[in-house]
Amino acid sequence: MIETIIHILVIAGLIVSAVLVYHFKDLLAAALASGLFSFLISLEFYILQAPDVAISQAAIGAGLTTAIFIIAIRSTKRYEEDAP
Amino acid sequence: MRMSKIVRFGADVLFGAIVIFGLYVIMHGHLTPGGGFQGGAVVATGAALVIVAYSYEEVIGMIRKTVLMAQESAGLVMFAGVALIAIGLGTTFFFNFLANSGSLFGMTVPFGPNPGELNTGGVLPLMNIAVGIEVWGGLAIVILYMLSGIGKTKEA
Repeated sequence: MIETIIHILVIAGLIVSAVLVYHFKDLLAAALASGLFSFLISLEFYILQAPDVAISQAAIGAGLTTAIFIIAIRSTKRYEEDAP
Repeated sequence: MRMSKIVRFGADVLFGAIVIFGLYVIMHGHLTPGGGFQGGAVVATGAALVIVAYSYEEVIGMIRKTVLMAQESAGLVMFAGVALIAIGLGTTFFFNFLANSGSLFGMTVPFGPNPGELNTGGVLPLMNIAVGIEVWGGLAIVILYMLSGIGKTKEA
């Protein structure tokens, strides 16, 4: 029972963070929401009893990919422009 | 451009904990989930944290490209070298010549349920250390080249 509730909460958080990535006009906030998505999916891997994959996903998805996004945003513009 | 003082202080505090946890994952690779690749990726995350928080000039003063490239090469040479030593001893490639020998990482695994003995596994911990050093250098140098590509231009 408690496992089902945690599952539902994690999957709801995945959907919410994925929608937030689309919604934010501030690209730094969008990159951090993408990192939150990776963190939640690593939590889901851990719940599904794959701790090996969870460590890889947390390190590479939530850490290194977000770092590359932040470095790219630092050298370009931070805010997304409106569509022409 | 450098981040605010809060980000830099947080990076300084978290860097030690992240590196220690990554080295723990590498050293316990033959007992617990994780191993050389996962531990090396965790340590490289600590390096990426420092690279994100500080400016280009400060980062190249702290982290050197030659050290990371030497780490990558040393990890590969160590991995292949440990595998080739087994041929030198008259056995097959990748033979686990240290297991149950009583020397380094050579303790016999105790029988029955036990919390796990670190001093076992033969050449597997050595292979994990080699892969960990190599992944640490490789992933950190990817981030460092990403930063040095934009370091010359004026940052917005």
